[in-house]
Amino acid sequence: MGGHLNINHLMFLGQGALWTIGLSVIALIGGGIVGFVIALARISPLKSVRIASGVYVQLIQGTPLLVILFLGYFGLAAIGLKVSSLTAAGASLTLYVAAYLGEIWRGCIQSVPKPQWEAAEGLALSRTQRMIKVILPQAVRIATPPTVGFMVQIIKNTSLASVVGFVELMRSGQIVNNSLFEPFVIYAIIAAAYFAMCYPLSLFSQKLERRMGRGRSNLAPA
Amino acid sequence: MSLQLDFPAVLERWPSFLGGAVLTLELAAFATVFGALFGTLAAVGRGSRSPLIAGACKVYVEAIRNTPLLVQIFLVYFGLASLGLKLSAFTVAVAALTINVGAYTAEIMRAGFEAIPRGQIEAAEGLALSRLQIYWHIILLPAIERVYPALTSQFVLLMLASSVCSQISAEELTAVANYIQSDTYRAFETYIIVAVLYIILSLVMRAGFWGLGLVLFPRRRRLGTPL
Repeated sequence: MGGHLNINHLMFLGQGALWTIGLSVIALIGGGIVGFVIALARISPLKSVRIASGVYVQLIQGTPLLVILFLGYFGLAAIGLKVSSLTAAGASLTLYVAAYLGEIWRGCIQSVPKPQWEAAEGLALSRTQRMIKVILPQAVRIATPPTVGFMVQIIKNTSLASVVGFVELMRSGQIVNNSLFEPFVIYAIIAAAYFAMCYPLSLFSQKLERRMGRGRSNLAPA
Repeated sequence: MSLQLDFPAVLERWPSFLGGAVLTLELAAFATVFGALFGTLAAVGRGSRSPLIAGACKVYVEAIRNTPLLVQIFLVYFGLASLGLKLSAFTVAVAALTINVGAYTAEIMRAGFEAIPRGQIEAAEGLALSRLQIYWHIILLPAIERVYPALTSQFVLLMLASSVCSQISAEELTAVANYIQSDTYRAFETYIIVAVLYIILSLVMRAGFWGLGLVLFPRRRRLGTPL
């Protein structure tokens, strides 16, 4: 119960917003690297690798992120590792993002037209060469709009890191609210801040999708 | 640095876990039904000739889709309270989840509407069907049939997202877990059990929607392929 919203509170919220962006970048890079491995594993010629990566994706996609965050937070502590809430949140988000990005990218790799695979094989390229030189460059084009779209999900999902005590935008809002107790105003500001971060990405993703839609009407991912 | 797990100590609380799982399913069921109706209305509204209605629906969809559910839940929770409405946490949770999933449903349904070939609507007009008949038989039902898989995976995601309602003390599965772990000091075991329960719930939901799809869309079953 301490006075009104002032510039110091807003500065604090701004700092939280920077951490939201930081955590999102960590999740995107970590999840991107692991997700790329997952995507390749999902179409591996080895059946055991395909099954293992499929099970991973099913397990993560069947569990709420909130529970994964708690598992990361308490799980790392249970095996005796003392980790900061940033490490726990970053690791949990990485595992979570990897499962979704892996599935998105697998779909993109597989939607490269079949003749491209066959032509590359006909040119006696090895599997690695085929992937790097023929398939992936085309898959990246297809994958860009849904990946940008998924970045919106990542930013929104970092708000859950507040429950393991990581001070990002949501948590800093809760802290400010604890001293001012004007929840409606403060959460409206927080919502507006998230919107300001996410909406440009949403628009960009839609624009990319429309651009790709031209000339290849049936190929654009739904 | 040794990991010692004691599952029996946590598993003896199984009635609480079961109660939480049931409440999670109830939350998901209410929000799915209301959200599907609300979202379909918003999708219809977005195609409205009145720019005011179309604009309002667009603002609603974009505002919800670009802000976190956690923030939305707090806004609904404190917003309703500041209006003087004293509602249970369960009601607030259903309201917030409905508003949230409605926006996603609206976007999916809009894609379904846009996929209806123009010629079919013109053909229906040529056959002198009323506007209502056209909307129901030519636009709405085929659109739902077409986007059914996308809709159902959105509803499964909604069930998982309902875990966030633990933050306003709705006594669903995650809230039960938070309580049990603070009582038993067995956090890791508790959340492993809860994760397994959520996986089971999502498998059950997916199987249920798959079976429902077979009953609702016999045409799809006969063709053996999506439309």
